[in-house]
Amino acid sequence: MASGFSDYLRRDLLLAYRRRGEAASPLVFFIMVSTLIPLGISPESARLAEIASGIIWVMALLATLLSTDGLFASDYQDGSLEQLLISPQMLAMPVLGKITAHWMVTGLPLTLASPLLGVMLSLPEEGYVPMVVSLALGTGCLSLIGAVGAALTVSLRKGGLLLSLLVMPLYMPVIIFGSATVQSAIDGFAWSGPLAILGAMLAAAIALCPLAAAGGLRLTSIN
Amino acid sequence: MNWLTNWSPSWQWFHRLGSPRWFYQTTGRWLPWLSLLALALLSTGLVWGLGFAPQDAKQGNSFRIIYLHVPASFLALAGYYIMAIAGAIGLIWKMKLSYMVMKSAAPIGAALTFLALFTGAIWGKPTWGTYWVWDARVTSMLILLFLYLGVLALQYAFHSNEAGNRASAILALVGTVNIPIIYKSVDWWYTLHQPATIKLTSAPSMHSDMFQPLLVMILGFYCFYTVALFLFTRAEILRRERKSTWVKELVIGAQH
Repeated sequence: MASGFSDYLRRDLLLAYRRRGEAASPLVFFIMVSTLIPLGISPESARLAEIASGIIWVMALLATLLSTDGLFASDYQDGSLEQLLISPQMLAMPVLGKITAHWMVTGLPLTLASPLLGVMLSLPEEGYVPMVVSLALGTGCLSLIGAVGAALTVSLRKGGLLLSLLVMPLYMPVIIFGSATVQSAIDGFAWSGPLAILGAMLAAAIALCPLAAAGGLRLTSIN
Repeated sequence: MNWLTNWSPSWQWFHRLGSPRWFYQTTGRWLPWLSLLALALLSTGLVWGLGFAPQDAKQGNSFRIIYLHVPASFLALAGYYIMAIAGAIGLIWKMKLSYMVMKSAAPIGAALTFLALFTGAIWGKPTWGTYWVWDARVTSMLILLFLYLGVLALQYAFHSNEAGNRASAILALVGTVNIPIIYKSVDWWYTLHQPATIKLTSAPSMHSDMFQPLLVMILGFYCFYTVALFLFTRAEILRRERKSTWVKELVIGAQH
């Protein structure tokens, strides 16, 4: 069952390591766009503190969305996706390996960089731990859901914009519970409830999204 | 070879259902009756609801938009499941007819969702004092509209019908998993911040004089939806089967 998971995880991590500049761009985007917020809205720390958790979550979502476009694109162009499709193993496992590598290259750095943005946007102190934990679980969900959209649109010439239209409504529950986790911690409530639901969504996404993405990848052979 | 197709009469209806030609001919016989029924129910419901139902104690006459708003929302939600189930049948049994039904359900559903949002906004102005509220129901209906538009956009993005069918069926199914989650999440998202000030679900049960015309309207909308779905699907059948002999004969026969 696990055949192909670790192979593709290692392969994609190696590819990302060799193209470090490309892999770093979601993180740079995440930080740069967040600096636009104080410029655009207000540099006052009291106003920023109110919206910081939501801003960081929205930015993390957009940064992940921008990078999901390339999840299967290079494999599709150089033909290795076709090799994967005709191989005898269950397609979902290599796909899960690729998604895991994608999360380790985009979601994990975003999560680790988020306290820095929290400081810049004067996030209240109680929010840091919930933010890091919720982003760690939530970006996993985002990578998994995004992979379904990326698989469905990989064979289209202008798939990038369409991908964001398809995936955005599916992202909405994740951002609702993600920012609810941080916000309820700031407001002094228990934050384990929304976090638990985020974890449940991640578990469901791990089980279902690779299957849907594999179904989407099979379409590339007929379009 | 006739015995091969006729060996099991109990399954015949299922195979027939997969035949676009059979569907086209059968719905052609049903359509006049169904359209008449829809017209009768809708006009009865509208005249009864708008003209004769009693005024609401608090909202006066403005509540009467309920007779469009509620049936449209009903069908917008039911239509998503019809679309997704048709997509699933297409993926499992590879029936081309059910893909055509799925493709036809998307624009109708999107239009009904828009109608529900639009009438809701008009109704919101006199009752809530604003056209738009980020209320749980409103937000989840907006997300439903986005899901419909995504399925539509994906269907048209592919050159081959086959790929477009399967892609939008997969997307519709993923959306089906998401609809209950979206509904619940949006519900909880708001209960965190503001306790429900306006809740449509827990409104006091309606007086039967108001409820009966609403029931007629809902039935009428169901009939109307079926008529619209049949018409869209029939157009799609003619478009996709244009190379088959029976469509050619039909079109030539219509010209004479």
